[in-house]
Amino acid sequence: MKIQKTAVAGTMESSDIMVTIAPNEGNGMEIDLDSTVEKQYGKIIRRTIEETLKELKVHDARVHAVDKGALDCAIQARVKTAAYRASGEQSYQWGGEAK
Amino acid sequence: MKRLRRTMLFVPGNNPGMIKDAGIYEQDSIMFDLEDSVSVAEKDAARFLVYQTLSTIDYNGKELVVRINDPTTKCGIDDLESIVRTQKAIIRLPKTESAQDVLICEYEIERIERENGIKVGSTGMMAAIESAAGVLNAKEIAFSSKRLVGIALGAEDYVTDLKTKRSPEGVELLFGRSMILLAARAAGIDAIDTVYSDVNNEEGFRKEVELIHQLGFDGKSIINPRQIKTVHEIYTPSRKDIEKALDIMDAIEEAHRKGSGVIALNGKMIDKPVVARAQRTLDLARAVGVLK
Repeated sequence: MKIQKTAVAGTMESSDIMVTIAPNEGNGMEIDLDSTVEKQYGKIIRRTIEETLKELKVHDARVHAVDKGALDCAIQARVKTAAYRASGEQSYQWGGEAK
Repeated sequence: MKRLRRTMLFVPGNNPGMIKDAGIYEQDSIMFDLEDSVSVAEKDAARFLVYQTLSTIDYNGKELVVRINDPTTKCGIDDLESIVRTQKAIIRLPKTESAQDVLICEYEIERIERENGIKVGSTGMMAAIESAAGVLNAKEIAFSSKRLVGIALGAEDYVTDLKTKRSPEGVELLFGRSMILLAARAAGIDAIDTVYSDVNNEEGFRKEVELIHQLGFDGKSIINPRQIKTVHEIYTPSRKDIEKALDIMDAIEEAHRKGSGVIALNGKMIDKPVVARAQRTLDLARAVGVLK
């Protein structure tokens, strides 16, 4: 999946995470995280973001995430939503890897 | 005993906080909403959130239901494509007006099941009836698919369609409720009542629950966890009802032992419907844990 433009998903409400994904052509993955639980879970959140993008076969992206204590499933959902929006892709891949 | 559906808590599908908390209450079912509580611009976000939630969170045996968007639109199809694959939730079809609506949705569900190696027929359905046409077609809707576990009334759209509004007594809903209940009973499926939106009016809520309980509904859709306790209280058989039911079952057993055809208890004849009601009271009492 290719990130074509900047897109956002999620909110700043408690238990949510706001994820902004932007193109980063040829420069790999850059993740910038601002979390209320950075000290305790920062590493895990970054890993979840990275793995979710890998599952979507996104290789180059700049990600800015503001976390308000989101569960893993919410992080995965927001990353996927932002990535699909940023790619312009409308044909979703459920339960498997993106082509 | 079949699954209890006394309380079905509505949870907006794009609210991670409410989705997270939904597991801590005592409701029988959780209904994640992808339809009216989600704005058009956020449909994709809600779908991903509910999909990831169903795929990862264990709600400890509670029944999970997802209200999808109109299955004749891309949005509704995308909802089905994601939710059916999880095999974790019943599909709730909104604004059902005819058997055809159910069959269209079922066709798509079956297609997704086949394409993904899921056992055909394993995805359950529920239909919400929210219009005059839907109420008039309640019977054909209730009989339309073996997947249906229940039909539900959606009163806000229904009263708008009737050109009236909801009253505290609910007189405007009596016909619709009765039609849905009769259709559900004839088809052998559950009847679920509509939401009561004024969460601060506890007295009004209690009266409405007492009414729908008396009408025969299996339960009620709720929008706030505070409403759970009242519904469960009203749906729990009283000690007196349980004792009476136990006496009836004892009398039946005694009569069978003696080979007696006519059975009486305290001077009143006990016939088949009385026994069926007593059995239902005891089943419910056991299911809610007030009888061992």
